[in-house]
Amino acid sequence: MNSAFALGSLVLRNRVLVASGTFGYGNELAPYTALDAIGGIVTKSVSMLPRQGNAPRRIVETASGMLNSIGLANVGLDAFISTKLPFLRTVDTAIIVNIAASSVEEYTAVLERLEMEEGIDAYEINVSCPNVKDGGLSFGTKREATAAITRDLRPRTRKPLIIKLTPNVTRVSDFAAACEDEGADAVSLINTLVGMAVDVRTRAPKLSTITGGLSGPAIKPVALAKVFEVSKAVRIPIIGIGGIMTWEDAIEFLLVGASAVQVGTASFRDPDAAAKIATGMDAYCEREGVADMQDLVGGLRIPQNVTAPGLVASR
Amino acid sequence: MTAYNTDYPVISVRPVADETFALRFHAPELSAALRPGQFLNILTSELYDPLLRRPYSISNVIGEECEIIFTIVGKGTALLAEKRSGDTIGVLGPLGNTFGYEKDFGTAIIVAGGIGVAPFPFLVRELQRREKSIHTFLGARNAGRVVRDGLAGLHIATDDGSEGYHGTAVACLDAFLGTHEPDRPRIFACGPNLMLRATQELAARRGIACELSLESEMACGVGICQGCPIERTEGERKYALVCTDGPCFDSRDIIFHEHHHA
Repeated sequence: MNSAFALGSLVLRNRVLVASGTFGYGNELAPYTALDAIGGIVTKSVSMLPRQGNAPRRIVETASGMLNSIGLANVGLDAFISTKLPFLRTVDTAIIVNIAASSVEEYTAVLERLEMEEGIDAYEINVSCPNVKDGGLSFGTKREATAAITRDLRPRTRKPLIIKLTPNVTRVSDFAAACEDEGADAVSLINTLVGMAVDVRTRAPKLSTITGGLSGPAIKPVALAKVFEVSKAVRIPIIGIGGIMTWEDAIEFLLVGASAVQVGTASFRDPDAAAKIATGMDAYCEREGVADMQDLVGGLRIPQNVTAPGLVASR
Repeated sequence: MTAYNTDYPVISVRPVADETFALRFHAPELSAALRPGQFLNILTSELYDPLLRRPYSISNVIGEECEIIFTIVGKGTALLAEKRSGDTIGVLGPLGNTFGYEKDFGTAIIVAGGIGVAPFPFLVRELQRREKSIHTFLGARNAGRVVRDGLAGLHIATDDGSEGYHGTAVACLDAFLGTHEPDRPRIFACGPNLMLRATQELAARRGIACELSLESEMACGVGICQGCPIERTEGERKYALVCTDGPCFDSRDIIFHEHHHA
């Protein structure tokens, strides 16, 4: 059974990656899981300068989910290269660096600096963080801004370029199509949904930034519908993200059109979750007589003449 | 680093005070690796409620067995209280740093508020092994909430005056220090942030070395989610992480804000 995933010029061992911000820079979870059992590590966002992140409180558990407002706290580009990348180079899995920035120029500068380093296999461009004032969602919710960033970065690297999209827009497939038009190799979705929680005793928001990003099993149905919608609009691979806790969840994403998945919040619950999901997906394919996992992608069986009323494809 | 992510068999759950329980589980390798002040990130449900693990101080290690002490405050702790011999709990650890029990001091002054008593039986054992003098100032809501297990040199304070000193553990300690001069004291405190802040202030005012064991919301427990920041007094990084830089901090190194008391 072939579970490999071709992403542009890159071939990943399998179709399970770990989502940015939920797996650090790989070294933290190495004691708890086999890093070479997963298809790729998407790093914590890297920005030009270190970011201190938001004031506490930064996380709140909600029904089958969690709200976070970390604010892209990260070590910054220089420290990433000098202290995090050396370990990542030793790991036998694809290394995908997630880049966050507050201007097109910053995305460009970070990517160009990373291009000088060995050991990076692909980039994921974060235009969808809901928890920072500068950049983040202000790019990801404007189609032209998302397109402009992709257009600017595309000629600067031959490595696969993945654009990470937010669901906090009217029609995410329009954004995915713009990324495809500008030469992105793949889109990943969904980033977190904007949400909030209130303490009725103090009558104050629980998060210091009032709103945060909702992740976990609570958002999986939304993520599946968004991936399904995007799959009708683009031909480039889609990396499905959103509440994947088990191999069954991951297979669902493949069936609605994702070529691969990212496991996020589940790693907080079990650092070995992504590896277990990869194993479970392989076992499912063996049982079902699926020779190539690619055959599952978009393999949703829809009764004839049925369409989704909530889905208005852009193309 | 030796670290474990394992389902361990529960041995027993016994009440130690009102709404408060000690859960013991069998974990040979983990028990050998744990040190006082460290914590465990524990998964209480196979379902998604609670979805995330919760951090618990290691309360004691008895041979190959580990013990945590907790008060029922929500779903996770209620589930833990219902565990029976033969059930399992998912444990990630050892996590975090340790109390500075090997530093040079003469008298250990322990300040515990409510379930902040949790990490101290293990610490007391190591202090006794080193023949330190110990005073424990133990604050509780009322007499029924006082957890005495495994402690030494007890000075009890209750909010309602139903046992011991009528007031907070920190006020009780302050009164004690007004009439006693312990030999080369070092404070070890754990409890609500308001209590830690009062302890921090007392330590600064009286010039006593002091470390605080913090609690925080956190998801991963290993420095990834960045969900448990505490502001630092100085340094390049504005925030320390309770999970990997702590949970034990020198009281001079961290700053509490109003939102910590909400």
